[in-house]
Amino acid sequence: MGEELKVIVFALAGEQYGIEVDKVRTIERMMPITRVPKTPAFVKGVINLRGVVIPVIDLRGRFGLPETEATDTSRIIIVQVNDLEVGFIVDAANDVIDIDSDRIDSPPEVVGGIKAKYLRGVARLDDDRLLIMLNLVEVLNKEEIIQLEQFEV
Amino acid sequence: MDMNAYLSMFIDESNDHLQALNENLLRLENSPDDLTIVQDIFRSAHTLKGMSATMGFEDLAHLTHEMENVLDLVRNGKLSMDSFIFDTLFKGLDALESMVKDIVGGGTGKLDVTELVGQLKKIVSGEHTAGAEAAASAAPQAQPSGEAVLDQYQYSVLQQSIGTGHRVYRTIVTIRKDCVLKSARAYMVFNVLEQAGEVVKSQPSVQDIEQEKFDNSFTVFLISQWTADDLKKQIAGISEIEAVEVTELDAEALNALSRPSQPSEPERKADKPQAAGPAGQAGQGEKRPPAAGGAVAKTIRVDIERLDVLMNLFSELLIDRVRLEQLASEIRSAELTETVEHMSRISADLQNIVLKLRMVPVETVFNRFPRMVRDLAKSLNKKVDLVITGAETELDRTVIDEIGDPLVHLLRNSVDHGIEPADKRLEAGKPETGTVHLRAFHSGNNVFIEIEDDGGGIRRDKVLATAVKRGIITEEQGKAMTDEEVYMLIFAPGFSTAEQVSDISGRGVGLDVVRSKINSLGGSVTVRSELGKGTVFSIQLPLTLSIISAMLLKLGSEKYAIPLSSIMETTIIKRSQIHNIHGNAMIEFRGAIIPVVSLAELVDSPDYDDKREEECEAIIIRKGDKWAAVLVDDFIGQSDIVLKPLGKYLSGYSVISGATILGDGQVALIIDPNAMIR
Repeated sequence: MGEELKVIVFALAGEQYGIEVDKVRTIERMMPITRVPKTPAFVKGVINLRGVVIPVIDLRGRFGLPETEATDTSRIIIVQVNDLEVGFIVDAANDVIDIDSDRIDSPPEVVGGIKAKYLRGVARLDDDRLLIMLNLVEVLNKEEIIQLEQFEV
Repeated sequence: MDMNAYLSMFIDESNDHLQALNENLLRLENSPDDLTIVQDIFRSAHTLKGMSATMGFEDLAHLTHEMENVLDLVRNGKLSMDSFIFDTLFKGLDALESMVKDIVGGGTGKLDVTELVGQLKKIVSGEHTAGAEAAASAAPQAQPSGEAVLDQYQYSVLQQSIGTGHRVYRTIVTIRKDCVLKSARAYMVFNVLEQAGEVVKSQPSVQDIEQEKFDNSFTVFLISQWTADDLKKQIAGISEIEAVEVTELDAEALNALSRPSQPSEPERKADKPQAAGPAGQAGQGEKRPPAAGGAVAKTIRVDIERLDVLMNLFSELLIDRVRLEQLASEIRSAELTETVEHMSRISADLQNIVLKLRMVPVETVFNRFPRMVRDLAKSLNKKVDLVITGAETELDRTVIDEIGDPLVHLLRNSVDHGIEPADKRLEAGKPETGTVHLRAFHSGNNVFIEIEDDGGGIRRDKVLATAVKRGIITEEQGKAMTDEEVYMLIFAPGFSTAEQVSDISGRGVGLDVVRSKINSLGGSVTVRSELGKGTVFSIQLPLTLSIISAMLLKLGSEKYAIPLSSIMETTIIKRSQIHNIHGNAMIEFRGAIIPVVSLAELVDSPDYDDKREEECEAIIIRKGDKWAAVLVDDFIGQSDIVLKPLGKYLSGYSVISGATILGDGQVALIIDPNAMIR
């Protein structure tokens, strides 16, 4: 029996993903977003979260999945990793569950169209569902964004 | 009780005292005969010793104690300062500073001070110079005795006063044993005494009295015009005073109180009164600031974090204020409008106060420079005077924290590369000692800091040659450049003009770091130079970083803010006025041709295009001596906005310098004016 992990479960393009609870500051409904010019397309802009300005990115866009219009279930998950604070737009956020860290396997090369380096692993749940655990440090890696930018130019 | 609770206070105060020691030693080096400075130094050292002993930092206390011994001899006229003593004291200070730094870093403040202590002891015993026999013989007597006796200087001041018809009193004040705040009562007594005349000596020292380091009574020597009875009545009028004893002293009594003069003393006596005497009593007052009254400043220390919290709360309030103003103008209820207007006025006052709380005089940065320049000049074998003006100019704390390193760099640069060696200066017909001016002053919403040297100036040809060699520009480009543009090349990355890479400023990382730091603070740096005459570096900094006045404007569905400080005026431009020159849109404005910038293009506006408009609102912005007209959709108005960072994730995108939250809760982006002028 490994460590117990509390995980927020959210949906993105038909898959279930998980982020450790201690990395999540809050989950918000969609709110007005101010566009910031000259940023990568997946950066949707900034929001006013109770007096603090926080950048918001579309996770679909970040992973190269087709972006869709926001729906009623869309949420912004505010995560905090190291000293970065960023909001993720996801299709839905609906659950908090406990998982056993022993049951997280290292990820296959590509899961749901997402490169392995963005993933921490895949957790098998009791009801045989699969939960994809994100590697937030890589998702928020700025170096890579800058490289991407240069490719586009 | 836990000592940690006092640690931060100890560190703060130690730093203050170390700084005071540093400054006063430098002052003393310039006028070694001024004993009042020695008194100040002695007091600082004494307090430092007491504090560090209490806190259990023994090495610190030990070293301070030895320094104090030396100073004690000096202030009693038993020893005259020479360069060896100065150097040893400065070394001692450095050691003290490093110990305090160690304590700040969580260490124990331990340091091997035996060598320094040995040197100081040698000074005390007079062994450091051959011809200091007199001092050696005087040393054993230097220990302060318990009796309130006068030293030579005080004696002569008192004697002079009697000679000029003033009265001299010895006042012994006893405070009641059950008094809770002895020092406060003592302070009130000193207030009375200072009204009455001039306090020449107090036993125990004023410093000790302030810190309640006295039993129940203290003795004060006073020069006054009052009668003994008046004096007694006034002091006895203060509550919790048990007894006052006022004795008028004549010349003979004075003589008895002063120590028997030593063989070497008459000479001293002869010139000291001359220095103090003609100035008379009024002059004395200026020279020796009323110790008790002056030293008790009514300030409190506040954790900077609390100020930050206050600032944040206030900015929330400001956002709500703007929202309220909007609502009031929509609802049009007279009562509501009146209340909101009143609140606006109050919050404007509050804003001033909150911002002022964060303002710190640049002195806190400047005060370490005299010492730095002294050491630097010594190590380079140059003679340099640093003249500081406007040290009281205030700047936002955030700026203060960041501006130190760039200034160090520029000063080092001026001393190292600017000021020529003494022989070259004499050859050029300049005074041997070079002068570096460090100036700070307000101008509009900006603070300027200038560093001016009277050195050799920047050599255009040399700068150009280096820039071409380093591949920063081509030779053709160089020929077309103005002098100012050439001088600015020294701020280019990877540029260093010093022929010799010296330890001091020729590391090649140089001035480009300075410029980027200053730019990141929202400021700019320029350089003027005249060959053979000198160089001036001028730094322009915003007064504050947290709340700025800005012009809010609309661009289709989006709102942006531009800092008012860079806006010169607003105007309307017709399409037909815009000319195309070499593919650049330009207009004629007040006799000059300036570029036209489309804000819509700059921010890739999704729903506004100025090309569709026949007439465009425009703002004229200025950066340095460059101007530009920026086309916008519509003006919303001028407003105080609270600067919010965009978040680390988005840092480095250059068009936007920050964000602010509008009254409706929406985020508006602040355009970086620098991005519009290239």
